[in-house]
Amino acid sequence: MPDKSAEALAETQPVGKSPRNKLKAPAGTLYRGREGMWSWVLHRITGVAIFFFLLVHILDTSLLRLSPEAYNAVIGAYKTPIMGIGELGLVAAIGYHALNGVRVILVDFWSVGTKHQKLMFWLVIILWFVLLLGFAPRHLMNVFGG
Amino acid sequence: MRASGLILVVLIFGHLFVNLFAGEGVHAIDFAFVAGKWADPFWIVWDTLLLWLALIHGANGMRTLVNDYAHNPSLRRIFKGALLASTVVLLVLGTLVIFTFDPCPAGAPSDLLPSFCAEIK
Repeated sequence: MPDKSAEALAETQPVGKSPRNKLKAPAGTLYRGREGMWSWVLHRITGVAIFFFLLVHILDTSLLRLSPEAYNAVIGAYKTPIMGIGELGLVAAIGYHALNGVRVILVDFWSVGTKHQKLMFWLVIILWFVLLLGFAPRHLMNVFGG
Repeated sequence: MRASGLILVVLIFGHLFVNLFAGEGVHAIDFAFVAGKWADPFWIVWDTLLLWLALIHGANGMRTLVNDYAHNPSLRRIFKGALLASTVVLLVLGTLVIFTFDPCPAGAPSDLLPSFCAEIK
């Protein structure tokens, strides 16, 4: 694992000779600032969010071993409107992380994956949108429909 | 990461579909709902795989973030130690919960239990 983060490496790009010089947009190989970077940023953020939910979710599920009353009381909190919106956010995060994860696998192992990474990012966004279009109305009706 | 990720796509979307999308969605989930699922070995295997793969996949991802952002060596060691400890504890806890689960605990109100408990007693 390299010691420097991606940002730190990106910072080491040479700048113009004098500070007055207009920063030239480095062409070609730089990773920063486009679909490649933003897909990676979103992948990290959704990954961390899902990880911390997973910790809580294992603990709340463990209440099944304590008593039906304890489990039902805590799982009841998941049925409130605020948690209902949280669940939508969770599914949105999982949906993105899963779809982009498949994209990362294709970039790694598909011979022309790198060439098509931008197209695949927008494909991920479209599929993610379709997924949420299917899930959100039904889930929100469940949560707010009583 | 790649292998567990691919399997997790199937396991998690199946889990979300059955627990959040099918039927009444989140409103259907309670003790009896889970007891009904775990009466079938299929869901015991499903949920055990889900527990192990998701937690190991997530902890490994967090390890990458610690490597990227925690520059202080001793802080790094603390984070990774905490990550390893919490992963092991939750894997043991979760596995025990699944395999020692009692769907019809003695003394519990029968309206909270799955319907098949009435037939056993």
